[in-house]
Amino acid sequence: MAVAFDEMNIPGGDLRPAYQELARWLKETPPEALEYRRQEAELLFRRIGITFAVYGDAESTERLIPFDVIPRIMSGKEWALLEKGLKQRVRALNMFLRDIYHGRDILRAGIVPDDLIFQNPVFRPEMNGQQVPHDVYVHIAGIDIVRVDAEDFIVLEDNARTPSGVSYMLENREIMMRLFPDLFARHRVAPVERYPDELLAALRSVAPQGASGEPTVALLTPGVYNSAYYEHSFLADKLGIELVEGRDLIIKNNEVFMRTTEGLKRVDVIYRRVDDDFIDPLTFRPDSVLGVPGLMSAYAAGNITLANAVGTGIADDKAIYSYMPDIVKFYLGEEPILKNVPTWRCREPKDLAYVLDNLGELVVKEVHGSGGYGMLIGPAATKATIEAFREKLKREPEGFIAQPTLALSTCPTCTASGLAPRHVDLRPFVLTGSKTTTIVPGGLTRVALKEGSLVVNSSQGGGTKDTWILDE
Amino acid sequence: MLSRTAENLYWLARYVERAEYLARTIDATLRVTALPAAYIGKTNEWDSALLTAGVAASFYQQYQEANEHNVVEYLSFSPNNPSSIRNCIEAARLNSRSVRTALTSEMWDTINSAWIELQEVWSKGTSTREELAKFLRFVQETSLRFDGSAYRTMLRNDAYWFSRMGVHLERADNTARILDVKYHVLLPEEEHVGGPLDFYQWTSILRSVSALTAYHWVYRETLKPWLIADLLILNDTLPRSLASCYGNLVRNLDQIGVAYGRQGPAQRHARGIRNRLEHSNMNDIFQHGVHEFIQEFIADNSRLGEIITKQYLI
Repeated sequence: MAVAFDEMNIPGGDLRPAYQELARWLKETPPEALEYRRQEAELLFRRIGITFAVYGDAESTERLIPFDVIPRIMSGKEWALLEKGLKQRVRALNMFLRDIYHGRDILRAGIVPDDLIFQNPVFRPEMNGQQVPHDVYVHIAGIDIVRVDAEDFIVLEDNARTPSGVSYMLENREIMMRLFPDLFARHRVAPVERYPDELLAALRSVAPQGASGEPTVALLTPGVYNSAYYEHSFLADKLGIELVEGRDLIIKNNEVFMRTTEGLKRVDVIYRRVDDDFIDPLTFRPDSVLGVPGLMSAYAAGNITLANAVGTGIADDKAIYSYMPDIVKFYLGEEPILKNVPTWRCREPKDLAYVLDNLGELVVKEVHGSGGYGMLIGPAATKATIEAFREKLKREPEGFIAQPTLALSTCPTCTASGLAPRHVDLRPFVLTGSKTTTIVPGGLTRVALKEGSLVVNSSQGGGTKDTWILDE
Repeated sequence: MLSRTAENLYWLARYVERAEYLARTIDATLRVTALPAAYIGKTNEWDSALLTAGVAASFYQQYQEANEHNVVEYLSFSPNNPSSIRNCIEAARLNSRSVRTALTSEMWDTINSAWIELQEVWSKGTSTREELAKFLRFVQETSLRFDGSAYRTMLRNDAYWFSRMGVHLERADNTARILDVKYHVLLPEEEHVGGPLDFYQWTSILRSVSALTAYHWVYRETLKPWLIADLLILNDTLPRSLASCYGNLVRNLDQIGVAYGRQGPAQRHARGIRNRLEHSNMNDIFQHGVHEFIQEFIADNSRLGEIITKQYLI
């Protein structure tokens, strides 16, 4: 594997310009001071209650995501390019979804194979022909980006269902500003704090036609036991909207109401953090107690906006991912600004043969997996793991894709033995309203804390960093 | 506001109040039982602690004997006792998490930090009297901090009033229960009055509702059972008296009624109870039977809880 691109250091001893001030500051700051701040940050996170739950882990139901106090810094110029690429990508995602659930031009043009859509469990036939306000499907997108060199940003994954992590972006900044006021004074860091305002504006802008002038928005959470519950309550609070659970909502005459102490109150827009499968037991999983019976018929009647729309999974599916460059070209007639990781589709016999021959060097992912579960990282896996995976792959090749092991960029990170490079990725959050697409400058930087590790997922030992975009 | 939010706020306040009351009860019982046997007589104080907490029946399903070790364990730490201090704190934290958006950061911080701190106590327990005392003090201080944060930081709107209603309803229930268990020591029977035995019992009652000093200020008298009953039932200057709790409940319900532009059965029922307390005097109460009076009050109070739930919380 090639030597990873380091975000701070240029081979040969020079520093990248964005990191020069940080490097100076680090030199002046004794390591104990850093360690002290690190502990303080942890205490703050725990007291605020910024925790997440790890599924299948009975021991500790609430855990902290480790926070690394060294910021990840990007120049304004780098950000401008990334921003342009992200907007382009999300526009294409929305147009693709509109097309898939209406005319299906892209299938007729033979760009994406039919069976990849129609035999895909995340394709929702219920959405066929359904109008969504302003044709926006993905109001909130979290696009996972990695860097492998100075020029290129590569999209690792599109998250178009219920992407999470934005609360960490906001809280990380709050805590950094509290702990390192002097460091901020020495940089011009673009602020992220208007994210909640922009999110609320975007959500209001897509209210259904029958809504009042001041549409009522609510955030639908699966409840306190969900791993991202903290984020749900945090966002509801920042947006000033009600945090509702399925049992708080009731459908009457195809309209959605919440039960309040003063009786029923109509809801116009639901920012839902409940997956499609659970959102309406009458339409999807009948055993779901998290959803609202009848919600889909209110949706079909055009009386409620769901953000994100139902059925967006078909756009961020890992099998569709490999077609994204063509999707961008098809709808926008533009070259994609953000690259894709080269991807072998195991459903295609030629690709499968290559993947089986090179398992030791590849990353193999489940098409429908997320959170880093069920994935094979060839170079880091034992022989036995690889062989077991080979069998799985042969049994169900269409369930997997494979990619080369990327040398994710590294960023200096606090470790037990001082500062050391660790691999990072970035999840910026793209908001699409009726008229505008906005991105606050920054995002969530995730860092693989184990030396050499490439898995940044919080469920697998990853941490987070504050992400600074310098305003030049 | 969401009915579920109101419900959570109401119960959150109740759990915190209950935890404090349990801590006070254990504290007071420890003091009485530390006295030489001649001063306390043959009554089992740990048994009455269970009765005042309303968990005697479930306790005896799991334990043979009501002694200090078992009762402290059951009231403080037992995960099997739905009303143990531990379960109250756990439930309060869970409720807080569910309604974080309706809590001020100070209130959340109080509950969450206490919860974090107590995790260690849950896993290790308390091995000495000193540790136990420290724990009981911590629980009481948490409740004071919670109450203070609510008072000082919450907007005066329905969220605040629902939370206050939880406090007052729970408090009224607790005060009534201790009176119910101890009513016999308050009965003016000649042979008992003024004996050392009762003196410590009375002190203990007052202590568990933090009214020992208040008694002396209000009556400027040595401890007299009918005055103690008067203080805890009818004196609306004592925050834990039934009269004071109902003055507050009526006020909170009225505030909600005004904010929502309508009154309902909860307002009427609360006013009815308050009026009865206002028009009673201790002579009548003793004549008709303290026990009956208290029993009736407990039933009325819990009926108010049901009516509030039906009117606002579901």
